[in-house]
Amino acid sequence: MSNPKKEIPGPVTAQPSRRRFLRNSGLLLGAATAASTKAALGQGAAATSPPAIPDSMKAPGTPIGGARLYGSPSPFEKKIVRNVSSAQTYSASQVTRTPIQELDGIITPSGLFYERHHAGVPDIDPATHRLMLHGLVRTPLLFTVEDLRRFPSVSRIHFLECSGNPVYRKPYGKTASDLVGLVSCGEWTGVALKTLLDEAGLQSSGKWIVAEGADGAAMTRSIPIEKCLDDALVVYSQNGERLRPEQGYPLRLFLPGFEGNMSVKWLRRLKVVEEPVHSREETAKYTDPMPDGKSRQFTFYMEAKSIITRPSGGQRIASPGFVEISGIAWSGHGMIARVDVSVDGGKTWSQAALQEPVLSKSLTRFRLPWQWQGQAAVIQSRATDETGYVQPTFPELLAVRGENAFYHNNAVQPWRIAENGEVTNANN
Amino acid sequence: MRTIDAACTRTLLAGLIAFAGAWAVQTEAQTKYHLGRAATPAEVAAWNIDVAPDGKNLPAGSGTVARGREVYDAQCAACHGAKGEGGVGDRLSGGRGTLGTPKPVFTVGSYWPYATTLFDYIRRAMPLNAPQSLSNQDVYAVSGYVLFLNDLLPPGATVNAEILTSLKMPNRDGFIPDPRPDVKTTGCTKDCR
Repeated sequence: MSNPKKEIPGPVTAQPSRRRFLRNSGLLLGAATAASTKAALGQGAAATSPPAIPDSMKAPGTPIGGARLYGSPSPFEKKIVRNVSSAQTYSASQVTRTPIQELDGIITPSGLFYERHHAGVPDIDPATHRLMLHGLVRTPLLFTVEDLRRFPSVSRIHFLECSGNPVYRKPYGKTASDLVGLVSCGEWTGVALKTLLDEAGLQSSGKWIVAEGADGAAMTRSIPIEKCLDDALVVYSQNGERLRPEQGYPLRLFLPGFEGNMSVKWLRRLKVVEEPVHSREETAKYTDPMPDGKSRQFTFYMEAKSIITRPSGGQRIASPGFVEISGIAWSGHGMIARVDVSVDGGKTWSQAALQEPVLSKSLTRFRLPWQWQGQAAVIQSRATDETGYVQPTFPELLAVRGENAFYHNNAVQPWRIAENGEVTNANN
Repeated sequence: MRTIDAACTRTLLAGLIAFAGAWAVQTEAQTKYHLGRAATPAEVAAWNIDVAPDGKNLPAGSGTVARGREVYDAQCAACHGAKGEGGVGDRLSGGRGTLGTPKPVFTVGSYWPYATTLFDYIRRAMPLNAPQSLSNQDVYAVSGYVLFLNDLLPPGATVNAEILTSLKMPNRDGFIPDPRPDVKTTGCTKDCR
């Protein structure tokens, strides 16, 4: 255990590895109040390995109740938190990233969902919150949250991704979270927006819906009516419980596969109109400057993308031998059809196994078994979605869009593995 | 027989009516749930603040660039700079002609396609510490001052709905629809590169 080369992959950049954390945790957490927890944390590896009987088996554990009535992760996992790049004092541009390299499967725990707020997180009482649906409808309607919960409900698993994930210019991030941590995936429950439009009586002249949030930014985006009548949801629950405040409590719009900013949080108003409103967030921001000086506008879809999360930047392969390469893939256009992985810098590619369920507009977990011989290597993954679209390399993306582009970077992410097992961003 | 026929007809009719009633309820249930209530015109008017480029939803009133300078200096300059040069907040002025160069500068004057968006955004979201606190007149005024900082209005201008709707911003024609998928790759698996 004392040899750092024996450490398993898993630590985030600039943080002690999980194994080192486990070794030192008796000191770090000595003030833990529960007696049994203290006893368990105080054990060294020698005391818990055979032939010793672990102390955790020699006394009852912590009883139910108290602060545990809403559960939280083990104290050993307290370093697994959202990734904040630096002090963010300007509340119009606050962001935290999901530590994707620390997670398994496809569901992001609600407390680790990425955040992007334009005026902080409002504190909204659901009893007083209202959703107004008006504009080109026969009857403008006002709903309480309880009204909306009485409509037929829908639950679906979808990813949510910020369109600036990552940016195109250096400096490039070090870890998977630094680079692509503005993606998360959860189960969303709410009412289909189409149901509400039927209730209000959509007029045929309505071609767009302006959605507005009840936060200090009064976040405003225009959404084409086709999306509103397709799979758009007005959501009140995430991963089985009510939305977290950071995710729009008590109501948010959810547009599967579209850039995250459009899934307006703290939703308070939907106005059916003939033309988009051209709000600040769809003109000055969330538009894509091209090399010729023109900018793309209304670039909604998040195209197919993937990233290897283990082993990935900031981690270290403990020793030569078996390594399971694992990562996530997703597409705003539907299901992931295949993921290919290269371990030789892109010369040859092998098809990875996709973990069921493979769902439309959801994260999909892929895996590829690998025997690492201790050589320097560059590993990367490449997603193909059900439309046949193939994830491009970063040079291919830059050749078309240039460095002035800011959003919708879905390039292949290569990781460099050194002979000592250290993993770094091969683009740096 | 006649009596029996009449009885049968009555039963049949009753059945038909009951069936039709059930059918109506079911059809109704598929399209209408009668949840929520109608929003009154006053309620809609109070919340209906978005302003599109047609300017139809702009409020009555006006503001001068001179008044806008006072509002800007008190409420905006701390974040956006004395002349809109930026700070912790976005840069608001200058940058014309930089789009498409290696160092593009995105400002109201260089990038925003519509002046109506300025009114819409300032009213709903600015100043950051007290959004929706400015009067409509002051929103007109400070919108006008930001346009003045970009040499798009003279210092003596008075701004109203007509001015914001008719002013053609320098980058009005700078936006194009989404052409994606725009980056083609082969999906090569052997002997690549």
